Amino acid sequence: MSTFWSLWIIGLTLTNLVLVLWVLLANRKVAVRDDESPENRTTGHVYDGIEEYDNPLPRWWFKMFIATFVFAGGYLAIYPGLGSFEGLAGWTQEKQLAQQQQKADALYSEQFGKYNAMPIEELARDPEAMKMGLRLFANNCAVCHGADGGGNHGFPNLTDNDWLYGGNPATIKQTITLGRKGVMPPWASILGEDGVHETAEYVLSLSGREHDAELAAAGATHFKQNCVACHGADGEGVQAMGAPNLTDDIWLYGGEPADIRQTLRLGRNGVMPAQQELLKESRIHLLAAYVYSLSLPYDEQE
Amino acid sequence: MSSNLVAAGDHPVYDYKVVRQFAIMTIVWGIVGMGVGVLIAAQLVWPQLNDIFQPYTHFGRLRPLHTNAVIFAFGGCALFGTSYYVVQRTCQTKLWGGWLVPFTFWGWQLVIVLAAITLPLGLTSAKEYAELEWPIDILIAIVWVSYAAVFFGTIVKRKTSHIYVANWFYGGFILTVAVLHIVNSAAIPVSWFKSYSAYAGAADAMVQWWYGHNAVGFFLTAGFLGMMYYFVPKQADRPVYSYQLSIVHFWALISIYIWAGAHHLHYSALPDWAQSLGMVMSLILLAPSWGGMINGIMTLSGAWHKLRTDPTLRFLVVSLSFYGMSTFEGPMMSIKTVNALSHNTDWTIGHVHSGALGWVAMISIGAVYHLLPILFGRKEMYSVKWINVHFWLATIGTVLYIASMWVNGIMQGLMWRAFNDDGTLTYSFVEAVQASYPGYFVRFLGGAFFLTGMVLMAYNAYCTAKAPKQQDAQADAEPQTV
Repeated sequence: MSTFWSLWIIGLTLTNLVLVLWVLLANRKVAVRDDESPENRTTGHVYDGIEEYDNPLPRWWFKMFIATFVFAGGYLAIYPGLGSFEGLAGWTQEKQLAQQQQKADALYSEQFGKYNAMPIEELARDPEAMKMGLRLFANNCAVCHGADGGGNHGFPNLTDNDWLYGGNPATIKQTITLGRKGVMPPWASILGEDGVHETAEYVLSLSGREHDAELAAAGATHFKQNCVACHGADGEGVQAMGAPNLTDDIWLYGGEPADIRQTLRLGRNGVMPAQQELLKESRIHLLAAYVYSLSLPYDEQE
Repeated sequence: MSSNLVAAGDHPVYDYKVVRQFAIMTIVWGIVGMGVGVLIAAQLVWPQLNDIFQPYTHFGRLRPLHTNAVIFAFGGCALFGTSYYVVQRTCQTKLWGGWLVPFTFWGWQLVIVLAAITLPLGLTSAKEYAELEWPIDILIAIVWVSYAAVFFGTIVKRKTSHIYVANWFYGGFILTVAVLHIVNSAAIPVSWFKSYSAYAGAADAMVQWWYGHNAVGFFLTAGFLGMMYYFVPKQADRPVYSYQLSIVHFWALISIYIWAGAHHLHYSALPDWAQSLGMVMSLILLAPSWGGMINGIMTLSGAWHKLRTDPTLRFLVVSLSFYGMSTFEGPMMSIKTVNALSHNTDWTIGHVHSGALGWVAMISIGAVYHLLPILFGRKEMYSVKWINVHFWLATIGTVLYIASMWVNGIMQGLMWRAFNDDGTLTYSFVEAVQASYPGYFVRFLGGAFFLTGMVLMAYNAYCTAKAPKQQDAQADAEPQTV
């Protein structure tokens, strides 16, 4: 803030407060006291029959008014408020946030710290740790993946054993830490509408679904030319690229023929946001263990 | 009775037509605005009500319709009507302005109708309490300047030597709202129905809340204090408690309120100094606000027994109690520590409604009950008993509304900030929503009570207008000069 604006703010603030204080003090006493002249109790004005008493300011009200001024003076001396004057306490909201975060970090790194060294496989079978994992999941992941981790349209189910990028502990942790971008490019301009239909029938055939054999045969050619690079020659997918397995009848964006054609036509963009900055290492470690525990065989889950 | 009318025997004929029009529209828009309010309260309890006629009946489109209708249509008509009545009678002169007077009535009604059309269509500038798009904003500015011309023109023409307190408040409200509206609505149009704010970032937010809080401070407080200063002493037939107090609290109120808006932006990108100043000024505002309450309530000393028989006076006095309560709650909520709990919760909505229902609506209703018999030349309202029923419906409705929102608000604030020992949040957001359901239902109930009272008022007003004219009452209503 430049000196001019600082002085401008200070000037306006103090002028206003001083003027109000002056009006308050100047009207403290009434012109004619009632006990001196009992008849002269009103101002003498009459407006449409309404008269006005010249009663003095209620004493408690006057004191309360002064008290707020005293508080204001103290507050503006201690905290920032008068232009660029920083206040005696040197308080800023950024400092307050940093202090609180530091305190929380110290407290919670103690809480989470003890789990840092435990391998994820072991952590996933520790009921106490998994209770914390569940709460982390409810607050950070459930919005997309569902409260039970069962997924939603466009957001993968985390409770089955089908993984886009791999389900071993290290991969899960990496997915949470750095996030993922799953891109299926649009094919409408390359395949044409007929090609989209044919390829969709072929994709249906991969998981043994009902399909038109004639169209699927034509689709196989398109598949070989365009799709194998990511989804593999047999359509089983490549986890290194996050390209889904097309043979297991599990569908991220819907498995109806119309859904598949839409995916082929316009492509899909899946985003798992990176949690590195938000949750930090030890919480991600715990969360990875929780996600890992979701797909453990039922008898092993708590 | 003495009078400071300059020429004895001068008997001005007041312009009651415009007052009558505004008084009737106050009731009509009250029912419309509160009806929409009850609908959106119901939508929060039964979300499927959003689907009555999508997308026009979606909560997001009806909410600004509700706020605009109750503040500017209901509250606005009440302010226009009573200020035109009060300024004539306390200045003992007819309204100045000729055709400008009906223009302000029809212009304001046009603004309201346009708002009722454009807001459900989704046309909005996205500024809270100033959602209307730029062509309507220009119309508002023109109508408002005409209003100022009529009001101050009448003051200039006055036949009394001094200006009565009520007119200070009405005048302060009219001038400041003009400035607030024009500055905050400054925008760059890109088409007939779309514009972008002239300000950006934190400055835009500050201008918005400088406007937003002074919409409360001047539109919903100063204006209605003007109303209070006429109708309370008039209905109680007692002198105003303290002239000194009115001087001090008037100047303190109007000069301090202007600073308070920043308390809406605590812990935001707004610089620290502006936040602190907003908070400090909000706290200083407590005494000036209470000055109005004290002056109103103490005016009843020696006339308390009238409350037993006069439900209109009861409306006026209870409105002052709610005013005192809201203006204590407001400074408290502006304290950063309290605000950290209350911000974004239903507490804020409860606070607004203890002001809007308890203060603004109740004092307007009281004033309209005072006016209607005079405007229609009757001795009294068709049924005084119904006024009493209305009073209880309104009081119970208001109490249900604010109590449920206190409970909801504090609960939400506490649930959002509850941490487990391990640093994870105890509740996910949706759990706080779930826990709010009972409160939402009670709020809906409170709103329904209040709305029912308004419908009863409309019927009472209709019967009063249809009742046979009484010559005596007509004469009574004329100014008396001795």
